[in-house]
Amino acid sequence: MIDRALITFITAGDPNIKASLEFMLALDKYADVIELGIPFSDPMADGKVIQKANHRALKAGTRIKDVFNLVKEFREHSNTPVVLMGYYNPVYKQGVERFVSKAKASGVDGMIVVDLPLEEAEEYLAICERYGMGTIFLAAPNTGEERLRMIDEASSAFVYLISLYGITGARDRVSSLAFELIKKAKSTVRKPVAVGFGVSKPEHVRDLIEAGADGVVVGSALVEIIEKYGEDSAYELEKKVKNLRSGLVL
Amino acid sequence: MKFGEFGGRFVPEVLIPPLEELERAYEEIKKDEEFQRKLAYYLKHYAGRPTPLYFAENLTKKVSGAMIYLKREDLLHSGAHKINNTIGQALLARYMGKSRLIAETGAGQHGVATAIAGALFGMKTEVYMGSEDVERQRMNVFRMELLNAKVHAVESGSRTLKDAINEALRDWVASFEVTHYLIGSVVGPHPYPTIVRDFQSVIGRETKRQIIEMEGCLPDCIVACVGGGSNAIGIFHPFIKDKVKLIGVEAGGEGIEKGRHSASIVAGEKGILHGMLSYFLQDEDGQMLTTHSIAAGLDYPGVGPEHAYLKAIQRAEYVTVNDEHALKAFVELSKTEGILPALESAHALAYAMEIAREMEKDEVVVVNLSGRGDKDLEIVRRELK
Repeated sequence: MIDRALITFITAGDPNIKASLEFMLALDKYADVIELGIPFSDPMADGKVIQKANHRALKAGTRIKDVFNLVKEFREHSNTPVVLMGYYNPVYKQGVERFVSKAKASGVDGMIVVDLPLEEAEEYLAICERYGMGTIFLAAPNTGEERLRMIDEASSAFVYLISLYGITGARDRVSSLAFELIKKAKSTVRKPVAVGFGVSKPEHVRDLIEAGADGVVVGSALVEIIEKYGEDSAYELEKKVKNLRSGLVL
Repeated sequence: MKFGEFGGRFVPEVLIPPLEELERAYEEIKKDEEFQRKLAYYLKHYAGRPTPLYFAENLTKKVSGAMIYLKREDLLHSGAHKINNTIGQALLARYMGKSRLIAETGAGQHGVATAIAGALFGMKTEVYMGSEDVERQRMNVFRMELLNAKVHAVESGSRTLKDAINEALRDWVASFEVTHYLIGSVVGPHPYPTIVRDFQSVIGRETKRQIIEMEGCLPDCIVACVGGGSNAIGIFHPFIKDKVKLIGVEAGGEGIEKGRHSASIVAGEKGILHGMLSYFLQDEDGQMLTTHSIAAGLDYPGVGPEHAYLKAIQRAEYVTVNDEHALKAFVELSKTEGILPALESAHALAYAMEIAREMEKDEVVVVNLSGRGDKDLEIVRRELK
């Protein structure tokens, strides 16, 4: 799914579902993968910016079925891979099989479930395999090599490397932990690896790709634009993604 | 690691190593005589254990039914059972070489108990508290600050306990190398529900010894309030294999039918939050609902996984008492026995009085009086007007 890829994240339904489609189409002009956050009442791995995005989306009345419909509509315009990112409860509440099959039928290519570690993922993995849903597990700087191998094994699409100890949010510099983790992952993981958390500038994208990442995820830096411009963010998003993309050819 | 299908470890990957470290350290200190001796020392000489088991004779006469006994956790230093756990976990944190404690708090009782432990053992302490609770419990905020803890008002989500836990977890993923997250109830990812239960089980062990001394038999029934469920598990656990009826009382708020309550076992559904599979109050998309109780310490949309399990295997029974009845019990105990109970504990008391009335005079009901009511005077005064 990824090779020198720019992966862009927004929260579905922020500030409303109609705007989200417009934003996805804007991102699509320069992004290789679109990562769509499923809004959740308690996004405990997210920093302030994405927390507020979750809140705005829920306040606008965004439902899980709206997220599926959003992907379905996007599919009428584009074949760019779409990955859902969210917390486990909304998946569990629908029933894992129902959720995965609906996501697949809507055109979703992969899923990231932030608070579902390997130990709890047996049923989820079996169902994703059955429906051909790509799985993406996260690894952190403190993930040991043996566990990294298991995460590689469980991730059918790619492995998501968290660049630091902390929550999502734009930072000025990429943590040195990110480069150590890429190095460790490159010698252990066979699947492609994407790096996220704290990435906000074209230089970050360039440095991470140069260090061996197959993809780079930018989230909060885009969601900040939506926080500022609301429904009218499409143009600014497009500009930002174009700018980030320049990091791939620097 | 699990209680039947409940519990587990549903956390972001970065927290797996710190939880494994905590589990290993906890297994070590369980067998460490020096640690256990220290814990017993502080519980006795600092916190004030054992707490009395008191026969509430006046209340028993008034109710005219089974004998009502009160386990007086309200007499502990800090005014509630929370300190049993904070002293234990702070010692554990020190054993692990951590220098900083973080905690969540709802009403402020656990925050105060953590700040006390932090001051006692010379550890930097920071407490997360929903901004709505900061407003409701000003005195406890001041108390924590006097105890040298830093209080962070949490502005996200519903601005209550649930959001304070989210914020503490966010702190922990960035700070676990030097920080211990001191969870205040039998909730959270494994091994927290087990650790907190073990530290709180001192309540039930003492109760067992005391009731045998006083009545020569085990009680017929034990009643405790359940928010996250730490005081309830603490008194239930040593009786689980005995023929004793165990009843957990959840907050019925303004009434279950009105939707404004905190009764996660009685009215919730299975779900996953804060690292555990348990019962939660949530909508059909799995979004957590805002809860309500007159008792801030019960104002949480989930419940500890071991309670979910005890319910599933029908070993314990879970019921609700609403705001109004809890308030009545608060007033009743104050007048008849000269004891002001915490509004949380008043829920258990209200239910115990109700069932004692229907029981025989030689039967025994034990209520876990988990905290004292001083912190609730403002609320009670407003409600009684």
